[in-house]
Amino acid sequence: MFSLEKLVSIIQAWLQSTLRDPWAYVVVCVMVGVAAIALFAILGLMLVYMERKVAAHMQIRLGPNRVGPMGLFQTTADTLKLVMKEGLTPDGADKFLFNLAPFMVMIAAMLILAPIAFAKNFQIWDISIGVLYVAAVSSVAVIGILMAGWSSNNKYSLLGAMRSAAQIVSYELSAGLSILAIVILSGSLKISDIINSQADGWWIIKGHIPVIIAFIVFIIAVTAETNRAPFDLAEAESELTAGFHTEYSGMKFALFFLAEYINIFIGCAIGATIFLGGWMPFHIGNWEAFNHVMDFIPSSLWFIGKTVFLIFLIMWFRWTFPRLRVDQLLNLEWKYLLPISMVNLLVVTLMAIMGWHL
Amino acid sequence: MFLKEYFKTVYQTISSLLTGMRLTGYYFTHTKEIITQQYPETKPVLADRFRGEVIMPHNETNEHRCTGCTACELACPNGTIKIVTKNEINAEGKKKKAIDTFVYRLELCTMCNLCVQACPSDAIIMSNAFEHSVYDRRLLTKVLNKPGSKIMEGVE
Repeated sequence: MFSLEKLVSIIQAWLQSTLRDPWAYVVVCVMVGVAAIALFAILGLMLVYMERKVAAHMQIRLGPNRVGPMGLFQTTADTLKLVMKEGLTPDGADKFLFNLAPFMVMIAAMLILAPIAFAKNFQIWDISIGVLYVAAVSSVAVIGILMAGWSSNNKYSLLGAMRSAAQIVSYELSAGLSILAIVILSGSLKISDIINSQADGWWIIKGHIPVIIAFIVFIIAVTAETNRAPFDLAEAESELTAGFHTEYSGMKFALFFLAEYINIFIGCAIGATIFLGGWMPFHIGNWEAFNHVMDFIPSSLWFIGKTVFLIFLIMWFRWTFPRLRVDQLLNLEWKYLLPISMVNLLVVTLMAIMGWHL
Repeated sequence: MFLKEYFKTVYQTISSLLTGMRLTGYYFTHTKEIITQQYPETKPVLADRFRGEVIMPHNETNEHRCTGCTACELACPNGTIKIVTKNEINAEGKKKKAIDTFVYRLELCTMCNLCVQACPSDAIIMSNAFEHSVYDRRLLTKVLNKPGSKIMEGVE
């Protein structure tokens, strides 16, 4: 059976037998870096393609279908076009911050990749405060966005960046609170512990209604944090042209675009990990045969499948719902999501103390 | 009382959002609903009232209904139509005005349909043809009446 865990252990054993001690680790670090960048590139291309196809089918269109089979190379062609284009820096811009901002956003997205478990025992860094780390680092992206908005010397960029900052800072709260619900139930911040606590059933099944509410709140918060419709006020085309990346062109724009999709992937990966069991296969009680068949599917496929399902859900939101106004956006967070998730957190705590969950 | 209102809003919001998601989900899963027409491969299905260009229908004996009254020329907002008239002597020896050439400049036409509405004898109509691209713009200046055509009997 295909397993990423075996592949990694074979490579590690081979490296340690051929190279001297510090160099084996250096080579591993370089390989991880290259793998992360390759994953980003592939994710960017595939998610943009998926978004365009999903959007097209939901709007009764066909979507890209000319470049390559079923239009699969459309996004590659678009990326090539962006690489060829000139990266303009406006005259009035703060040149240093302007050129730094896209990399800040990318680095923030890259850092969150570290604690995500892609398959069984296949994780870059199983840090003991994994979930806290994710919640903390995901707010760093807002600095990059503010930087881009401020340094562009453009009123639309600045407005977009301020809206984005207000939005991300508010929705961090409810995202954090809904993650906390699972932290309380599993009793650990470590990603691998959270996944192992779901071996006998995913939290969304074991946790009854409170966890389902936490899951819904989390999905809404992730949609808002990634600045996607219906919460895409930060780059609302009809109001702010393109928000904080109005002045960006060429590869720097591509980095912002890529970071948006990477953030969606990471948000959905976190959601899949803590609510849907990460790489854990789907098991039903004591149906031995069924459980065995489910175990036969590689753990990496389980993880990817769940993440893609959540990404599809977020795309479904984007192509169905109209955009909110700023006051509606903040009303939703402060008057609805935050009180509901706070009460929900109390209920989950009670549930964990009394042992009502399965 | 307040809480009842609060949860009612939450319920109404969620149910209305789900209604929308059900429709887009239906479209996503039912590919037969797709309305895109892949034009160069398949000929598009156009509505009858689609306006492609102005044409002057002729019957099988090469007769049209245009009296040369120039109502369409006057109605046209941007000088697309130019009618050159001539005097014909009919069978009874009387002089009668008739069209010599009906010049239609497609490159100026905005397909506003005002000429068709202005025409008292229904001589011109809008056709569905839309593939107008040519390599020389002189080809866009068209003469609508066919050579040797006459006005139909009984059209005044």
